[in-house]
Amino acid sequence: MNKVCVIGVGHTDFNSMTPDMEWKEFMYEACQKAYVDAGIDPRKDVDSFITCAEDYYEGFGIFDEFVPDQIGATLRPCGTVCGDGIHGLGNAFMQIKTGLMDIVAIEAHSKVSDLLTFGDVVLFAFDPVFERPISGPVERPNFAGSPSYTKKAPKPLIGSSKETERIHPYFLAGLEMQHYLRKTGTTEEQCAKVVVKNKKNAFRNPYADYEARIRVEDVMESEYMFKPVKSLDIAPTVDGAVCIVLASHKKAKELGVDPIYLSGFGYCSETPWLSTRGMDAGYAKVAAKMAYKMAGIKKPRKEIDIVEVDDKFSYKELQHLESLGLARSGEAAELLEEGELDVKGSLPTNTSGGLLGVGNCLEATGLQKSLEIVTQLRGHAGKRQVPDCEVGLAQSWRGIPTGTGAVAIFTREGR
Amino acid sequence: MAKKQAMPKSAPGTHVSTKDIVNKKIAYTWWEPEVQYSWSVGPAMSRFLEELKNGKIVGRKCRKCRRVIVPPRMFCEHCYGPTDEWVYLKDTGSVETYSISYLDADARRIKEPILVGVVSIDGASPKHGFMHYFGGMKPEELHIGMKVKAVWKPKEEREGSIRDIIYFEPVKKGGRKK
Ligand SMILES: [Zn+2]
Repeated sequence: MNKVCVIGVGHTDFNSMTPDMEWKEFMYEACQKAYVDAGIDPRKDVDSFITCAEDYYEGFGIFDEFVPDQIGATLRPCGTVCGDGIHGLGNAFMQIKTGLMDIVAIEAHSKVSDLLTFGDVVLFAFDPVFERPISGPVERPNFAGSPSYTKKAPKPLIGSSKETERIHPYFLAGLEMQHYLRKTGTTEEQCAKVVVKNKKNAFRNPYADYEARIRVEDVMESEYMFKPVKSLDIAPTVDGAVCIVLASHKKAKELGVDPIYLSGFGYCSETPWLSTRGMDAGYAKVAAKMAYKMAGIKKPRKEIDIVEVDDKFSYKELQHLESLGLARSGEAAELLEEGELDVKGSLPTNTSGGLLGVGNCLEATGLQKSLEIVTQLRGHAGKRQVPDCEVGLAQSWRGIPTGTGAVAIFTREGR
Repeated sequence: MAKKQAMPKSAPGTHVSTKDIVNKKIAYTWWEPEVQYSWSVGPAMSRFLEELKNGKIVGRKCRKCRRVIVPPRMFCEHCYGPTDEWVYLKDTGSVETYSISYLDADARRIKEPILVGVVSIDGASPKHGFMHYFGGMKPEELHIGMKVKAVWKPKEEREGSIRDIIYFEPVKKGGRKK
């Protein structure tokens, strides 16, 4: 059957703020670079366009309508996936597999610096009846029919001095990390080592924004935000846009490009009941199973040469590696300490710097991770190049409070 | 054959009143999201808004499709390439289409209808312009193809907004209409 190939990638620089560009121009830059990389004209050659975006992150109702111009899709088949970039890749994959489309472009971005109240948007994603009121003023019990906060005591913005009066929605990471450490015997110091590694890797990634030379002590001494999560355990948000162009194998041959194959993908969502659902990234487990099956991977630890996993929080990298079946429960931290997760190790993980080093780019996470895998498989990763990599995995999680994740498998050879 | 329905045409019952909600007879939950944004407008819109302050309308030219585009953008959505140069346009144009609104934002009937429409700006390519209000005329005078001119706010009141133009009014031969 029709194999699906990556024929082009493009991205902007990643920056904590991008006041010099409008979000449209930002998206245009990533897409134009991807089309040039693929050697195609989007106005003629691309059959279908997909953007992955969430209205509240953007600040537009029906953001889909604002997409076509800057991605080359005016008066062309175009649609938006409300999900991570890998969800978009999956949709494109299916469009090509049906034989209906030959070339599909997928774009995802974060222009989170335009969003002044990120914490409130995260909170807005909590269940309004049962879980959102927990974020109301602590001393004031919430009951049906009463606002969680009043005009007299309005909810402070993130970073405001009154923030301590109520709980920040990221406390969920504290709950999960606590559970993870207890269950696996992993320590806070070991999680701190993830931060040190990823910020170090970011030095060798020209587009990363949060590279730093820090020590484990620096992370350990950074203040507790949601114990056991400390401030340096959290990936700061960043602006960035990525575009990936997929094509059928036949089309890729016609174009004469040397493709990387998208050999499998999977996605999964857990129940939204925060207190009932699992705390061990079950979404990643199921998504990986689907992707492995599609790509014909039987022994992931042996067959996969490089991985980019979601590290919006330091412990998430270790937890995700275990959920993906790349380490046994509690083993990820050992692999990390043995240097196996380094660029030169046996399971290079987040060579791009991960989200801790690049920045949390929201719905663009999956494409940023895919971009790194494709760059590595192409052998274009420069100083951070992993030698002889044939099979790579990109994984994303939609962040707090979601239980949604996706996995994509890229290979040098078609499967 | 269609099965006979055992259901009555309308179920008997009592309508929920506002009172029931106020008196908390009905369980509900309330939330007001506090979402705030501050969008960077980028080079094209920055210049456009800045020029409005000066009482000028500026567009961008795409040399490939030869369009003069207003409102300006840094890339041409048809050619999918960067636009090439800034072009000053007139503050006159013609009515592309219009509507006469008898309702306000809350859908209440208003006495003086609001005249709204699209103006194609002189100097830009055909059908390039923007949505705005019309004034200085009776509703029945407004028609497609009508020549109109911008009425600007006094310079000191302009703030770099599309509302620095109050509305478009008819152009009469031999000068501005009173
Ligand atoms: Zn053009």
